[in-house]
Amino acid sequence: MVIYEGKAVFEGIAIGKLYVYKKQEQSVKRVKIDDPEAEKKRYADAKETAITQLQGLYEKALKEVGESGAEIFMAHQMMVDDDDYIESVENIIDTESVNAEYAVATTGDNFAKMFSEMEEEYFRGRAADIKDITERILNALSGGGSGGIVSDEPVIVVADDLAPSETVQMDKEKILSFVTVHGSANSHTSILAKTMSIPALIGCPVPLTDESQGQLAVVDGYEGKLYVDPDPEVLAEKKKLLLKEEEKKSLLERLKGKENITLDGQKINLYANIGNTKDLGLVLQNDAGGIGLFRSEFIYLGSDHYPTEEEQFAIYKQVAQTLAGKKVIIRTLDIGADKQADYFELPKEENPAMGLRAIRICLTRPEVFKTQLRAILRASAFGKVSIMFPMIISVEEVKKIKVIVNDVKKELEDAGIEYDKNIELGIMIETPAAVMVADELAEEVDFFSVGTNDLTQYTLAIDMTDRISPWMSSMIRIIPQL
Amino acid sequence: MKEFKYVITDEVGIHARPAGLLVQEAKKFTSTIMFVKGEKSAKATSLMKLMGMGIVKGDEVTIQVEGDDEEAAAAAIEAFMKANF
Repeated sequence: MVIYEGKAVFEGIAIGKLYVYKKQEQSVKRVKIDDPEAEKKRYADAKETAITQLQGLYEKALKEVGESGAEIFMAHQMMVDDDDYIESVENIIDTESVNAEYAVATTGDNFAKMFSEMEEEYFRGRAADIKDITERILNALSGGGSGGIVSDEPVIVVADDLAPSETVQMDKEKILSFVTVHGSANSHTSILAKTMSIPALIGCPVPLTDESQGQLAVVDGYEGKLYVDPDPEVLAEKKKLLLKEEEKKSLLERLKGKENITLDGQKINLYANIGNTKDLGLVLQNDAGGIGLFRSEFIYLGSDHYPTEEEQFAIYKQVAQTLAGKKVIIRTLDIGADKQADYFELPKEENPAMGLRAIRICLTRPEVFKTQLRAILRASAFGKVSIMFPMIISVEEVKKIKVIVNDVKKELEDAGIEYDKNIELGIMIETPAAVMVADELAEEVDFFSVGTNDLTQYTLAIDMTDRISPWMSSMIRIIPQL
Repeated sequence: MKEFKYVITDEVGIHARPAGLLVQEAKKFTSTIMFVKGEKSAKATSLMKLMGMGIVKGDEVTIQVEGDDEEAAAAAIEAFMKANF
């Protein structure tokens, strides 16, 4: 047994044979040709094939990982169809009287080199895209199929790194897990593993040799370990874990795709909670009816400066577009207490849970609040967005908020920027005070959302940890009071 | 000839997909549309060259439009820049 450690990007256990995925290396020969027109025609056909393939991949990825993961294939199509690229290939064929393969490979190398020498990291990264599309055109020229997995049974895919076009082409039924030697937690492989809910490791130094091919192995996505040729005890222990996981999954799987109706016929909207755009894949995969809570503070916590309107707008817009008309409830900044960001420079407090937090910060720093509201309102033009305000304690607070919201709306209107004029406003009911005046609050807003964690903590005056059972009678009574 | 300046506000600058859409927009017109930043320039119909200019947030680009439909083209490109970059 050999153990390799890596970084787990998705939890879970996988047991199966290793499948060493190797990139199809294209070796391109320079061949003199007599008929440049015929070569250009071959190239034009290969280009069309590549575009058709990419369109297919785009649609496939759209279903599997959503718009944000699929965009890359749209960009690739545009690159394949780019005038500069085409001109360069045709020019090389004409002037050097060489085969299309050589002209494409040379063009690809030149553009990749141009990008890899650029200053900004983003543009340097595009060199990989150029190589990817060049490989694709070369493949189409040689009439070769695209690289998939050749195996009768599901396998653990091990590779150096995987390009989006490689992962999306693989038959998902055949994949138990991904293990890559390189790759980042934000890579396409990681996103795919998350959306497929299969364990995956990155940065795992498993040798990609013929000896590894077909070896029995265990991926443990909890420990971040790969066991190759596991000892019988380890195998037995992991099998038990896997069995437990499968039972749990199948119980939940049975419910997926069904309408959310209780036994007595009540329809309930089952929405997902997200913290950032990376969660969107799971939202779509698990067929959520919408997003009930987008915890916008994670945008602030993940940043070292106040997120700008544009930064926030891009995120909210992506979420709204991805959900394609399903409801997205964005909760405004709930920072303070246990969630701190340095640049807010919040004063140190004796009792932060009862201190300056959430809406109280927003009302004392209206410029921060307005930036967020503008970003959300602008995004509301791209889907069905609602805004929700946390930690409300009084009707006066809600009235103040509505004045600010209306100010922002008016600013947008004056600037001719679109937003959803019927956007719904809601509040979190998470303080006992809000429960007491719920009837008055209800007249001011379109919806309520009960934040049971904070509501329990503030009702019982007990810290929000495992110390309390949520089934205390006071809690069971407070909720129907609403 | 029509000419206008635009300062990029998009976080990653003129990047792949919106750049591709910009190319498509530019191809709707017969006028020649040039992007100029310092000594570098590219036609708006050339994706690789456009991206090769490495235009990032805060950069000011000058856009020159020349041709029969330059009025309409300049207006369309300006609107596109505002909406996407």
